[in-house]
Amino acid sequence: MRIVARPSARLSDATGGHGITDARQTDEIEDLIACPQCDALYVARTPENNMRVVCSRCHTVLIAPRQGAFLRVIALAVTVTILMVGATFFPFLQVHVQGLSNSASVFDAALAFMDGGWMLALSVATAALIVFIPVLRSLLVIYVLTPLAFNRRALPGARRAFRWAEDLRPWSMAEIFVIGCAVALVKVADLAQVDYGPAFWMFAALVVVTVFQDGMMDRWTIWRSLDASRPRR
Amino acid sequence: MALSGRIATPPLTARESGLVACTRCTKVWPLGTESCARCGSTLVSRDYRSLQRVWAWLTVGILCYIPANLYPMLETRMLFTTQRSTIVEGALDLAAHGAVGIALIIFVASVLIPVGKFIAVGWLAYSVSKPLSMEPHRRHKLYELVEFIGRWSMIDVFVVAIMSALVQLNVAAAIHPGPAAITFALSVIFTMLAAQSFDPRMIWDTQDGRPPSE
Repeated sequence: MRIVARPSARLSDATGGHGITDARQTDEIEDLIACPQCDALYVARTPENNMRVVCSRCHTVLIAPRQGAFLRVIALAVTVTILMVGATFFPFLQVHVQGLSNSASVFDAALAFMDGGWMLALSVATAALIVFIPVLRSLLVIYVLTPLAFNRRALPGARRAFRWAEDLRPWSMAEIFVIGCAVALVKVADLAQVDYGPAFWMFAALVVVTVFQDGMMDRWTIWRSLDASRPRR
Repeated sequence: MALSGRIATPPLTARESGLVACTRCTKVWPLGTESCARCGSTLVSRDYRSLQRVWAWLTVGILCYIPANLYPMLETRMLFTTQRSTIVEGALDLAAHGAVGIALIIFVASVLIPVGKFIAVGWLAYSVSKPLSMEPHRRHKLYELVEFIGRWSMIDVFVVAIMSALVQLNVAAAIHPGPAAITFALSVIFTMLAAQSFDPRMIWDTQDGRPPSE
């Protein structure tokens, strides 16, 4: 990996819109990448396995490929989807007080704001942040990566799907929800006796799996594979 | 780390080479290209108009944060008494019951992080036009911190949701969300959007002594 210092005029002159004529120069621009955080320009080289390419100025990770990552990411995404379906509908926490008891699933928690009016919007938002967006991300990743893992051409709309999956990343808040549970437990503890339901452990496992999945995904490799498997015009 | 041949600071940027970088897939295109042919993102060398979006989202976020602190977050009904507590009251209540650690989590997530974020995002947006402010590396660290930590403020909203779903025991005890829950959630969402609107590449431009001009 090396930083290129190249006269700017040459590159911009050589490429007037679509009028790229010199194949050698086209190859050059294909090889360049820029740090999305600080705009530093580099020549991209696939690093050795388990090595990472980091921007020398702002230390943003640029390239981090893993061997067989596509298949593993798909496996983890399937796991997340299955766990989420279970975690959503099984009871999550149970509460007992003075002979009365109540159990709540994640779905109930999302519907807690269903009092009507504006609160309804909050219900929808909560459900989206803790259930729908994590599942949607997993499904999008499966859709994008499955053909790539088997060296097939990407499915139609794969690039848009991956773009969405990346955009949704900060809005997928399952792990925050799990910590929220711990806090809620302590708050309720002096009001009533609380037990964990099966879904709590499913949710906790789901968070760990999601962390692994995000660690495996290398955007640069995926975008390059999508580029290579693009339908010919 | 597979970096070799490091050139003395500052490194050549895509903009200086007459290129525009795609911030989503890191591919570069000739300056003036309008959208990335690989991932379809709109290409802008430096998004100076993003500052307007940052200020707009930030203002709405701060406005939503005010009622979030004035109105109750949680209504607890037990037999014949109803207790309404705001965010700060809820944290103090926990501390009074001995759960100091949890009280601290709530206080940090619901008060320190949001207020710190307002200041940090405002400062980052302001400092783009003030070249001689904080060192770019530190400002970039601040930006990364704000991006990472912002979502965690949602924790209090989820706590309210869980408790309201769980504690529904007829007369004995019932918990309902208060109006502050929604304004607080909105405040978190708007400040997340403010931080996402910011183009961090502007932090580094001022370092090289070039004025930020489009």
